[in-house]
Amino acid sequence: MNYKIIGHIIKIILLVEAVFMLPAIAYCLADGDRTACVSFAVSIAIILAVVALLHFLCRGYSDKFFAKEGLITVGASWIFMSIFGALPFVFSSAIPNFIDAMFEIVSGFTTTGASILTDIEALPRGLLYWRSFSHWLGGMGVLVFILAIVPLSSKGSGYSMHLMRAESPGPDVGKLVPKVRSTAKILYIIYFGITALDVFFLMLGGISFFEAICTAFGTAGTGGFSVKNDSLMSFSPYVQNVCTVFMMLFGVNFSCYYLLIKGNFKSVLKDEEFRLYIGVAVASTVIITINTLSYYGTTGEAIHHAAFQVASIMTTTGFGTVDSDLWPALSKTVLLFLMFCGACAGSTGGGIKCGRVVLYLKMLRQRVAKALHPDRVKKITMNNQPVNSDVLSATGSYLIAYVLIIIVSTLLISVDNFSFETNFSAVMATFNNIGPGFGAVGAVCNYSGFSMFSKIILTIDMLAGRLEIFPILVLFSTQTWKND
Amino acid sequence: MKVIIAGDGKVGSRLTKQLTEEGYDVTLIDKNPKTLQASVDTYDVMAVNGNCASMDVLNDAGIKDADMLIAATGADELNLLSCITASGLNPSIHTIARIRNPEYTDQVHQMRNLFSLSHTFNPERQAAREIERLLEYPGFMKLDTFARGLVEIVELRIDKDSKLNNVPLVKLDSIVNCRILVCSVLRNGKAFAPSGNFVLEEGDRIFVTAPTSELSTLLNNLGFISKKVNRVMLVGGSRISHYLITLLLRNKINVYVIEKDLAKCEELAEKFPKATVIHGDGSNLTFLRNQGLTLCDALVALTNYDEMNMVISLYAKSSGVPLVITKVSNINTAELPKELNIGSIISPKELCCDNIVRYVRAVRNQTGAAVAIHDIADGQAEAIEFTVDESTLHVGEKLKDIRLKNNILISCISHGNRIEIPNGDSSFNVGDSVIIVTNGDSVLYQLNDIFA
Repeated sequence: MNYKIIGHIIKIILLVEAVFMLPAIAYCLADGDRTACVSFAVSIAIILAVVALLHFLCRGYSDKFFAKEGLITVGASWIFMSIFGALPFVFSSAIPNFIDAMFEIVSGFTTTGASILTDIEALPRGLLYWRSFSHWLGGMGVLVFILAIVPLSSKGSGYSMHLMRAESPGPDVGKLVPKVRSTAKILYIIYFGITALDVFFLMLGGISFFEAICTAFGTAGTGGFSVKNDSLMSFSPYVQNVCTVFMMLFGVNFSCYYLLIKGNFKSVLKDEEFRLYIGVAVASTVIITINTLSYYGTTGEAIHHAAFQVASIMTTTGFGTVDSDLWPALSKTVLLFLMFCGACAGSTGGGIKCGRVVLYLKMLRQRVAKALHPDRVKKITMNNQPVNSDVLSATGSYLIAYVLIIIVSTLLISVDNFSFETNFSAVMATFNNIGPGFGAVGAVCNYSGFSMFSKIILTIDMLAGRLEIFPILVLFSTQTWKND
Repeated sequence: MKVIIAGDGKVGSRLTKQLTEEGYDVTLIDKNPKTLQASVDTYDVMAVNGNCASMDVLNDAGIKDADMLIAATGADELNLLSCITASGLNPSIHTIARIRNPEYTDQVHQMRNLFSLSHTFNPERQAAREIERLLEYPGFMKLDTFARGLVEIVELRIDKDSKLNNVPLVKLDSIVNCRILVCSVLRNGKAFAPSGNFVLEEGDRIFVTAPTSELSTLLNNLGFISKKVNRVMLVGGSRISHYLITLLLRNKINVYVIEKDLAKCEELAEKFPKATVIHGDGSNLTFLRNQGLTLCDALVALTNYDEMNMVISLYAKSSGVPLVITKVSNINTAELPKELNIGSIISPKELCCDNIVRYVRAVRNQTGAAVAIHDIADGQAEAIEFTVDESTLHVGEKLKDIRLKNNILISCISHGNRIEIPNGDSSFNVGDSVIIVTNGDSVLYQLNDIFA
């Protein structure tokens, strides 16, 4: 294995991370908060020291890397990035325990939005900024960002595609344009554009610039960290509606936006994944609206809250405007179903992804057809294109790994003796990168009650969920570390 | 620039490699998803699965914004249809089609006009021409022609008893006694531009610029017996054989063709009554000897299997055939071990890729584009011919006063028909053509790119 190139890429990632900590220092300086300022400065110094060390160790790397290196690089980068991203929390004593700090920042980078903090508003603005910004960077992916700005492999070689494939969500990651670098650039330009638009509309709602960008970061990455203790409950309905719309927008496959820019409206409207995504969102909103009508004064308010909650859970953001834990069972079950379903492939959202759900339904149909006519030949297509059998079997194994991880994690964290609803929804909410679950981890509660052991399990779940299991799984597989 | 390559086969993948290295946006079309997947994993390209003559597939590949379509599938007819469809969808596109069926050869010019093709290529025909030239000058491993045939870059291998063994380059002139310039040396698999104090060693392969008129002198002075080739044995009756037989018969050379397939033998015998067509298995070495292998001046291994061609060539070499030429199709010639004694190696796909890359560069850069381009030193160096025009810098200045980029060598200047191997006092004028050798990664699009 080519350890040097892995070290080299991690070096660049840490460097990028250090650069992105600078705006946080600016906020600390503006507030005159010396402890926070020093904690960021020390963190940056440590990161730069590690960068120098990696630079020294990985001299003379060759730029050949294959699928294996791609997976390991992605898995390892995220872990390294989280370890160093957690440092400011520890040094500023905002979260003195390192495991807690790791949980918080992994929750940020994986765009989960699950917090162990009981009083968020007590944090200095610099740390709040850093926490929300981690959503934005983690949403589209830090490696995609690096692919967009630094040429990693030698000109013309396609090795860097392995990185993009390992980091981007979805069953079949493709390119928008022939070059990986241009593809990554286009993705980030679209991402940046919609985020800027979000900030603009939020500011129209009369909230401060700081609140607007932090909320926009949380929305764009479909993360869910808010700068307030009560998530978005105290914001005006206008701001909440803006968030509903933008959460849905960030849950759409970004290649759809590229098609829109190219003027190809028809393909977007005909996209099977997009249709399922919109269909499920509308249907869920209708069901919940009817179900919760009696809780709210007017139909308008019921729709407002139902739509917000559906968008928040389906795109795996995890913002809250009401305590959905108090809703009737049907509404809660619909939300639990949405946790599974998730957003579109190629978006910033988590979950199984609508694209996979479409494939599972089609595979099931194919099985039924096969059962009725054993000799029948039937091809599975997606948007009228035949789906590669490799993609199908990988999609199948994904579900197996997905279910297995949920079962094992639920089992492991149940030692803390919370209710089943709490345990199961905690695993679902972290593994699908949503944030709040039900019961003791519901919309108005947080994860501080869990033991350190459970927090470690949930941290691994968040990483596995964001990177779609395999980059994390290979790190724990003995096959990976065999010499070959 | 956006280039679409239809057909991810031998030529297609080689082109993909070269064009992506030069930074073009390449989209591949092929019917086989497996080969496409392999290409996407190795090169920075986008892939579209499907038939390259289908409008939907071409649209998916972005034909409307593309600058060029290169159709290199196995079927001439499909290539043509693909190009015609592409021109229909995007009238300003440049289309290049591979047309290699000998039956179409004579009508290629008309086809270009009729179907508005920008360019056609025929790897087999080009390979046949190359083999003909190697047969004309036995002793050189490889020849690349420049300046309308007036200048060649030839490859020589330094053997143990070669006159050039252990000779420093400054003394070269006194031995060969003609105007030549060593522009690149390949030692231990690495190519570099040598300085005057460089001493040649056994096993080196050198690339020499020389006027075509002095090639015979060069061969004589190096101790090669430049006996004219009279009797050539071709093993394999493939497309290249068709083209090569035509060329050789025109030069009044006796041609013996060995082909396993009786139907092909009959076809060849009908088409070329003057050639001796032999039906039999060319991989049977006793059979080859019985057909008078040792009497031949040259053997060309042209079967469809690279491995078999190599074995036949090894056998011919050990049987004492003076000149052996091996055709390889799938193998990358740069990757072959150099100890392998199989004579000169011809790779049709590599030859035609050079040609297409030259055309692509010319489209990209309308003025001052390269006239000819050849990969030398196993692809580690490139020899490019440019014409000096009004926009060229440093016209008329002495070469010693001009600063060039690293690894760039002006290896020849042709003033009309007068060929000059340049020294520090030479200069070039408008209308001259110059041959540049670059031993590096930098891509030259126009002549001015060489100046520091």
